[in-house]
Amino acid sequence: MSTARKIIIEPNSRSAFYWRDLWNYRGLFYFLAWRDVLVRYKQTAIGVLWSVLRPFITIVVFTLVFNKLGNFHAGNGVPYAIMVCAGMLPWQFFSNAFGESAGSLVANSNLLTKVYFPRLIVPSSTIIVSLIDFFISFLILAGLFVYYQYLPGVRIFFLPLFLILATVTAMGSGLFIAALNVKYRDFRYVIPFIIQIGLYISPVGFNSQAVYSSEKIPRFLKHVYALNPMVAVIDGFRWSILGEKISGNLFDFCLSLAVSLVLLLIGIWYFRRMEKTFADII
Amino acid sequence: MSHPVIQVEKLSKSYRLSHQRKESYVALRDVIAGKVKNAFAGQSLLRQTESEEFWALKEVSFEINQGERIAIIGRNGAGKSTLLKILSRIVSPTRGKITLEGRVASLLEVGTGFHPELTGRENIFLNGSILGMSKSDIQKKFDEIVEFAEVSRFLDTPVKRFSSGMYVRLAFAVAAHLDPEILIIDEVLAVGDSSFQKKCLGKMGEIAEEGRTLLFVSHNMETVQRLCPRTILLDNGQVKAFGETVTVVKSYLTTGSETNSKRSWLGHPKPPSNAIVKLREVRVHDEGFEIKQSFDIARPIGISMEYEVLQEGDVFTHSYNFHNEDGVNIFNTHDVVSEGRTQPRKKGVYTTTMWIPPNLLSEGYVIVGAAIIKIEPFTIYFQEHGAVSFNVVDYLRGDSARGQYTLGFPGMVRPLCKWETKHQPTSDRN
Repeated sequence: MSTARKIIIEPNSRSAFYWRDLWNYRGLFYFLAWRDVLVRYKQTAIGVLWSVLRPFITIVVFTLVFNKLGNFHAGNGVPYAIMVCAGMLPWQFFSNAFGESAGSLVANSNLLTKVYFPRLIVPSSTIIVSLIDFFISFLILAGLFVYYQYLPGVRIFFLPLFLILATVTAMGSGLFIAALNVKYRDFRYVIPFIIQIGLYISPVGFNSQAVYSSEKIPRFLKHVYALNPMVAVIDGFRWSILGEKISGNLFDFCLSLAVSLVLLLIGIWYFRRMEKTFADII
Repeated sequence: MSHPVIQVEKLSKSYRLSHQRKESYVALRDVIAGKVKNAFAGQSLLRQTESEEFWALKEVSFEINQGERIAIIGRNGAGKSTLLKILSRIVSPTRGKITLEGRVASLLEVGTGFHPELTGRENIFLNGSILGMSKSDIQKKFDEIVEFAEVSRFLDTPVKRFSSGMYVRLAFAVAAHLDPEILIIDEVLAVGDSSFQKKCLGKMGEIAEEGRTLLFVSHNMETVQRLCPRTILLDNGQVKAFGETVTVVKSYLTTGSETNSKRSWLGHPKPPSNAIVKLREVRVHDEGFEIKQSFDIARPIGISMEYEVLQEGDVFTHSYNFHNEDGVNIFNTHDVVSEGRTQPRKKGVYTTTMWIPPNLLSEGYVIVGAAIIKIEPFTIYFQEHGAVSFNVVDYLRGDSARGQYTLGFPGMVRPLCKWETKHQPTSDRN
């Protein structure tokens, strides 16, 4: 504010101040997230309860269908509901965060065409709402612990690490699709599709162990399965909550982990590349 | 000592216009379909039909010193908004360079980011942060903003329940309390009631007096003349004039933008036509049939249509429509008086002329559409939108509806009306 700072605007100039700008606009990041939180439950009768109710009902349905009717089991004496919950919470967080951030640029097009700010703020601030939802829905897990008299081990303190991994995954894919969505509106149809398919190919209703230890599944398909970054996230959640060992081998886990990181890098790279043209084509 | 805080060097911006789609984004389907087509038809052919380069700004250069108040004027599509968007870093230029010194705040719209579900208080914080204020800045100025906007009673009401006047006042108040060194404003004063507009103007004057630089885009010549000592005139993406506001505004009012007052379809592969009649030419001219680009507001303007009748014996009439630069339909007319209109036509070339009476159109750009129609039963033989265009100019001789008045003069038509004043002497009865 004090020193007059020179801004140079040129075609394709990579702003040297980009990351500093991002820091300077952290207030906007906070306010956009705050807006989304405020708006989300205004005019709803039960408000914030929705973020508990939705995953809770899904967990109940999964438990009834797969456990009671389908006779699926968690193994290790872990109640099936807790196993589903440990997978459902990160999955719900991912699908919310991914869906919201992927659609956020188009939803905020009035901002993009009227004001300058580092565009990265828009999709990343939407993740905060999903993060808050996640923390609230964590109550379900606590409730299940009490109901089943289940005590998690010390590994639960590693849970934040896997939450960060889930955030990285949601952010990377969200940024990538958000930027694509500005140019190709087709992606608004792709987003729910990815979320829907993702629920089936991620270990939410079943256990990764079931995949890795199956003899019917060829080895290379197991690697393909591990390419889904949510596999590492959910396996990590189950490892820290249920004390399950990381199923499969370390290689598959690292593969999944690497996909998350690569996704983030690709997401940021593509977003930055497209950012300059957002206001022109949105 | 003042020094340039805004330096614009050879700034250009091009857009790709696509003729087939209205939306600027593309569907993946089209891209894929395009790629497939490319494989079969030559690439160059496809490019030509699908898009065309349009230069919104061409080699624009200027410098603005610290503390100056500069207006940017020009017709719609002259490049004003594009220039502001580039200066505000919303879109990036195609060529050229801009150097800005100091914090820039731009206000291209009133109430950007206002959320209808949030309260006035919440929106002040949200909008302030969108415009680049920090939380502590907003807290410091909060009371001032509320007082300026005159909405203190409604602070905790969602803004969707605000009247449009309150909404605009609140939005402007937030923006007016930004603390930038360079302030860029686009036409925001076009809203709000007149007393609030005055308040806004006062605030903007204050801003400039504090040594800040102000860049102001407006269509309102009066505001421009009051607020800004110097003005940039943009025309067709280029700087046409930059100097004393009085001079620039005058030249803006008395010259038009590029027009096309004669258009011929002779030798054209697809002239406007049907089986009976074919359009050959449309011309705009003065009383002496001289084709001009600009016409005196106080003289008649003639529009002639030359067409060829291809089939004997039909009866039809002629029609024109008139639009201004904002796309507003000024008036339409069809021939209900000429003799030929009721006669069965012979083969050959006809020319029909229609005269617009003097002192009817206002100053500015007029777009003419030409058509040949049948009234009974109603049929359009052909219709050519935007066949020709011309400018109406007031040469400020004092013989038009302006009289001696030279400032902004809104309205779609400008008739020289008859006025009468009668005097009733005060009777001193008592």
